[in-house]
Amino acid sequence: MWLILTALAAVITTAIWYAKAPDDKYKLGLLSLFFWGATLMWLVDHVIAYATEGGEFLEVNLDATLLGIAVIVFALFVWEIVLVVSDPKGVVKKVLRGKS
Amino acid sequence: MACFLVPAGEAIVTTVVQKVVEKREKKVGGEKAKKTGLTWSRRLSWLNKLLWGGTILLALEHIWHGEVVLWPPFLTAMETPSEVGPMLHEMAIFGGAMAATVTVVWGIMILVVELKSRAAMPKVKESPASGGA
Repeated sequence: MWLILTALAAVITTAIWYAKAPDDKYKLGLLSLFFWGATLMWLVDHVIAYATEGGEFLEVNLDATLLGIAVIVFALFVWEIVLVVSDPKGVVKKVLRGKS
Repeated sequence: MACFLVPAGEAIVTTVVQKVVEKREKKVGGEKAKKTGLTWSRRLSWLNKLLWGGTILLALEHIWHGEVVLWPPFLTAMETPSEVGPMLHEMAIFGGAMAATVTVVWGIMILVVELKSRAAMPKVKESPASGGA
C-alpha cells in the first residue's frame, strides 16, 4: 500500500511542479524526485519479492496504509527542513533581523 | 533487511562526483552549458535527489518494520550471525536492482532532455560571408 501512496504523492507533486515550472522557488522538483526515487525502489522491491517469493503483490491493510501516510509525512518534513534552511522567500532572515 | 544501503552508497559517490564536476564547471565557465542548455552538475543533482529520496524513505520503512534500529549494530540481522549471509544476498539482489533501475531511469531522463534541448535550439546556418579565416 505504501508503494501506491508514494506513487500517488509523486504524481501529484510532479503535476504541481509542472504547473509552476520553470519557477521552482519552493523546490517542488526536489520533493517530486524524492517521491519518484522511493517509488522506483519500492516497485523493484515488490517485483523481485513477487517473482521470487510469490504471495500478494501489494499489502493492503491498516499497517501498510499507515506506513504509506508516515512516508509521505516524513518526505514533506524533510522537504520543509530543506525549504526553511534554504529560505527562498527570506522569511527566516526577516524574522532573525527583526529580533536582533 | 538492508537493501537501501546499496542506493545509499551510490548516492554518496554521486554526490561527491557532483561536487567535483560543479567545481570544474565553475573553473571552465559553463561553456558546455551554453551549448546544450544543461550542466552535468545539474543532471547529476537529479540522480542524487532520486537516490537520496529513495534511501531516506526506504530507511523509514525499514525502521517501521523493525529491520533497522537506532542503536548499534543498527541492522537487526547483524545480531544473529546466521542472518548476515542472507542479508548480504538481499542487499546484492534487491539493493543492486534498485540502484541500477534508478540509474537507468535517470539515464533515460537525461537522454529525453538532451534530445528535447537539441530540438529546441535554433539551427544556425553558416553563411559564406560570416565564416572563414
